[in-house]
Amino acid sequence: MECGTADAVAPVRFMTNCTLKPKTEPKTQLKKRTHNMSLKKHVKLGLSALALSISFNSVAAEDPIKVGILHSLSGTMAISETVLKDTVEMLIEQQNAKGGVLGRQMEAVVVDPASNWPLFAEKARELLAQEKVDVIFGNWTSVSRKSVLPVVEELNGLLFYPVQYEGEESSENVFYTGAAPNQQAIPAVNYLMNEIGVERWVLAGTDYVYPRTTNKILETYLMDMGVAKEDIMINYTPFGHSDWQNIVSDIKRFGSAGKKTAVVSTINGDANVPFYRELGNQGIAASDIPVVAFSVGEQELSGIDTAPLVGHLAAWNYFMSVDNDANYDFIDQWIEHTGNEQAVTNDPMEAHYIGFNMYVEAVKKAGTTDVDAVKDAIIGVTVPNLTGGYAAMMPNHHITKPVLIGEIQDNGQFSVVWETPSLVAGDAWSDYLPGSRDMIADWRKPMFCGTFNTATGTCGASAGEMAAADE
Amino acid sequence: MSICRSLTLLLIALVCLLSLPATAQENDPGKALLINLAEAPASKVEEAVNAIVSSGDERARGWLEAYGNNRLSRVKDTGQVVLVLNNRGRDWEIADPLTGENMGEMSRRELDRVAINNTIRGQLEGILAMLDLNAPDPKVREASAQDMMGKVDASLVEPLEAQLVQEDNAGVRDRIALALAIYRVGEGNVEAVDVLAGSLHPRARAALNEAARSDNQELAASATRALESIEQKLKLNRAAETLYFGLSLGSVLVLAAIGLAITFGVMGVINMAHGELIMLGAYTTWGMQQLFPGQPGLALILSIPAGFMVAATAGIIIERSVIQYLKGRPLETLLATFGISLILQQLVRTVISPQNRTVVTPEWMSGSLVINDALSLTLNRLYVLAFALIVFAGLMLIMRKTRLGLEVRAVTQNRAMARSMGIRATRVDIMTFALGSGVAGLAGVALSQLTNVGPNLGQNYIIDSFMVVVFGGVGNLWGTLIAGLSLGTINQLLEPWAGAVLAKIIVLVFIILFIQKRPKGLFPQKGRAAEG
Repeated sequence: MECGTADAVAPVRFMTNCTLKPKTEPKTQLKKRTHNMSLKKHVKLGLSALALSISFNSVAAEDPIKVGILHSLSGTMAISETVLKDTVEMLIEQQNAKGGVLGRQMEAVVVDPASNWPLFAEKARELLAQEKVDVIFGNWTSVSRKSVLPVVEELNGLLFYPVQYEGEESSENVFYTGAAPNQQAIPAVNYLMNEIGVERWVLAGTDYVYPRTTNKILETYLMDMGVAKEDIMINYTPFGHSDWQNIVSDIKRFGSAGKKTAVVSTINGDANVPFYRELGNQGIAASDIPVVAFSVGEQELSGIDTAPLVGHLAAWNYFMSVDNDANYDFIDQWIEHTGNEQAVTNDPMEAHYIGFNMYVEAVKKAGTTDVDAVKDAIIGVTVPNLTGGYAAMMPNHHITKPVLIGEIQDNGQFSVVWETPSLVAGDAWSDYLPGSRDMIADWRKPMFCGTFNTATGTCGASAGEMAAADE
Repeated sequence: MSICRSLTLLLIALVCLLSLPATAQENDPGKALLINLAEAPASKVEEAVNAIVSSGDERARGWLEAYGNNRLSRVKDTGQVVLVLNNRGRDWEIADPLTGENMGEMSRRELDRVAINNTIRGQLEGILAMLDLNAPDPKVREASAQDMMGKVDASLVEPLEAQLVQEDNAGVRDRIALALAIYRVGEGNVEAVDVLAGSLHPRARAALNEAARSDNQELAASATRALESIEQKLKLNRAAETLYFGLSLGSVLVLAAIGLAITFGVMGVINMAHGELIMLGAYTTWGMQQLFPGQPGLALILSIPAGFMVAATAGIIIERSVIQYLKGRPLETLLATFGISLILQQLVRTVISPQNRTVVTPEWMSGSLVINDALSLTLNRLYVLAFALIVFAGLMLIMRKTRLGLEVRAVTQNRAMARSMGIRATRVDIMTFALGSGVAGLAGVALSQLTNVGPNLGQNYIIDSFMVVVFGGVGNLWGTLIAGLSLGTINQLLEPWAGAVLAKIIVLVFIILFIQKRPKGLFPQKGRAAEG
C-alpha cells in the first residue's frame, strides 16, 4: 500500500512504481523518496500529455479528487453518522455521473473513527497524511470536532462539519454547514415569545457542552429581553436518562404559575423518548406546554412511537416534509440509493448536500483542488439548498440558512408552522456571551483571523490551538 | 352519538349513491366551507372554523378532527380539498371529505397541506369538546368538560351557561362551572375566585396566580387567600407524588436486579451479560408486536411468557457454553460474561438494527389514574410497579416452596453434601441460571414500556442492578426488594433538590459509605452459608 498511496496516481502507474521500488529498501529510502516523487511527477506529466495528445480517455488518466469521510460507522454515534457517510457517497456518485469536477472523477476514502473521540484525530491524520485526501466531510459531536481541529490545522486540510453546534469557534480549515445558535436556538425562542406569547421558560438539556453553552446563551438572551430570573428554570440530565417523572412533574408545577410556559429542549438522542412519553402520561399536551427541541429530527423520530409527541415542536434549517421539488428529488435519489422505501432525510444530510456542492463550486472557481486556493475561492460561493433558497458561504466559514419551526406529526414527519422571513447568516461568536461579544471571525485577507477581538484589535489563538489547550 | 353519526353517514352515503356524484358535490355547501378554510390566512382561520361549526353539518366534526391531525390537504392542480387517510411514504392515500369516498393514492408532491398550528389546535380542541358536551355518555361529557379548562373564550361562555342549566350530572356540572370560573377570573371577576378556591386543578391555580398579580386590589387579595388555602393541600399531594415516583423508580430497579439476585446472589456468578438478557426480553416484546400488528396489548401480554422463555434459553446457552467451565473463578467469569454481553449487543445491531425499535404502549397503559386534580399516577408505571411485586412474590414462592428452590438452597450452601444426598447439582445450576435469566427477560418486557428498546438498553441497567444486589445483601431476595425500593425513593427525594445528575452521584457515594460500614449489605446472610 505504502508506495501506491503515498502519491495517489492512476492505478497503472503506481503498479509499475511499486515493482520498481525494492520492498526491502535500506535506510536511504527517505532521501530517495523525494527524488522518486519528482520523478513520478515528471512521468505523470508526460503521461497525461501523451494521453491528451492521443485524446485517449483523459479523465481516467487524471488523479481522482479524494474525498475523506470521517463518520462513525460503529459505536453509539453510528445511528446518526452512518447515514451521513451514505449521503456523501451518494453525492460523489452523482457528481461522477455528471463527469466529475474539472474533468476529474471523485473518489471516497471512508474511515471509521468508531465513536471514539481521540480516534477521530488519528483517523483525520491518516486521511490527510497518508491518503492525502483533498477534503474531509465528517464529525457529529462537538467533542470529536475539537479533537480533529488541531490535526486539520496542522496539516492544512479542509473539513466540512454538518451538524448544529454551540458556536464559539471559527477555524481557517473548517466549514460549518450546520446551524450556529443564532440559526436555531435564538429564532426558535423568538418564535415562542412573539407568536405563542411564552413568558416562562424551561431550559432542559443533556449534561454536556452543546446544551450547556446553548442554554447559557439563551439565558442571557432571555434576560436581555426582560424575562425575570424566576421565570427561567434550567435542568440538566445525564445521557440516556429514562426516569423523567420528577422533572416532568416539576415542569407541570412550573407551568401552573399563570403565565404561558414552554420547554426549550436540548435533550440529546434517545432520552427524548421516555421524556415525551412521560409528558403524555402526565397529561401535558403540546397546546398547554409546548416543547421545542433542537436535537430531535426525522432520523430520531423513526425509532419512536410518535403518538404522544404530536404537536410538539422542533427547530431546524431543513425538514424532510418541505414542499419543494429540489427536496422531493433529493428524497427520491436517497430512497433509490439506500434501496429502502422508508429511508428518511434530515437536517445534517442537507448540510452535507450544501457543503458538498459548495466544495465542488469552489474547486471549479479556483480551477484546482489546492487547499489554500479552495479556501480562498469558497468564500462567497452560493449554492441552492433543499428548502427552495440559497446558501452562501460567509467569511467566518459559516453559511446562510433559513430557520424553520416544525410540528411533529403522527407519521414521524414535521409540518412547518413558521419560518424566518429571510436567511440568517451563521454567527461564529455569540452576541450573548461575555467574552465572545467582541469577537469576530473573518477569513478574508487582510484580517484572516477566526478570533479577532474588536475591542483590543488583536487576533487570538486559532481554534485548533484552543482545542489542544483544552485537552 | 356515535350511532347517530354512523347513521347519518350512512344516509349521506345513500344519498350520494342515488344522486349523481358530480351535481351532489357542486351543490354541497361543505365544499365552499372547506375551501374557505384552506384558503384562509392565519388571522381568518378561526372565522373559517367557526363557519364550519355553525353550519351544523354532520360531517363538520370529522373535518375538524382531520384538520387538527394535519390530515386535510389540497390537490395542487385542481384546488380540491381532500382527506389524507395515510400519510406515510411518498404516495399518500386520500379520500373525498364530502362523500367519504376513497380516491386512491396520490404523490405527496401533488398535495398541499392545510396549515394549522398549536394556537389554532388549542381552540379547535375547545370547539370539539363543546360538540362532545352533548354526548349521551356522562363520561364523555365529563372528559370534554375537563378539556374545556383554560380553553373557554368569549364565544363559548353563552353555550356553556346554557349547558350548565340543562346538565343533570353533578360531576359534569362541576367541571363546566370550574371552566367558566377560570375564564371569569381571567376577566377580573372577584366572585368567581370562590369557585376556584378549593380546586387543585393546575389551570385553576394558573388563573389564580395570574389574578394575584393583577392591579385590581380586591381581586389580587382574594386570589392570594384562595392560593394559600390550596397550597396546604398541594404540599400533601406533592409528598404522595414523590413517594409514588420513588416506589416506581424502585420497582424498576427491583425488576432489573431481581434476576441478578438469583444468578449473582444465590449462585455467585458475576454475570455481566445480565443487562443483555434484559435487552433480549425487551426485543421479544418488539418482536411479538411485529407478529400481532394492531394488537399491542395482546402482544404485550404474550410477551411475558415469551420474554421469559427467550431470555431463559439464552441463559442456558451461556451457562452451558461458558460459565460451567469457569466455576469458582470469578475474575474469568466476569471477563467472559462481559465478552458475551458485547457479542449479544453486536448481534442485535447486525441482525435487527443499530437503531432503537418502536414498542407501542397499549391504550390501557397510557395516561394516568387521576386521584384528584393535583395527583395522578401514570398508568404504565403503576402496572410496572404491580408487575415487579408479582414477579417478586412468584420468585419467593419458587425459592421457598418448591423442590427446585430447596435444591438450589442446598446446592449453594454445600455443593458436595447436596450431591451426596442425590441432588443433581449440574441440573440445578442450569435451572437456577435459566430462572435468573428468565426473570431478567421479564424485566425487559416491563422496561420496553418505560424506556428505549435498543442495543444499549442493557448497559444502562447493569450497574444499577449490581448496586441494588450488593446494597441489599448478596443472596437475599428480601434485601433486593427493600434495597431497590429504598434506593429509588432516596433518588427521587433528592432529585428535585439536587438535580438528576447529582442525585445519582449522592446515592452512589451513600452506597460506598454504607458498604464500608456494613460490607455484607442491608441483610447479610447468616450461618454457615455466609462463610461458604
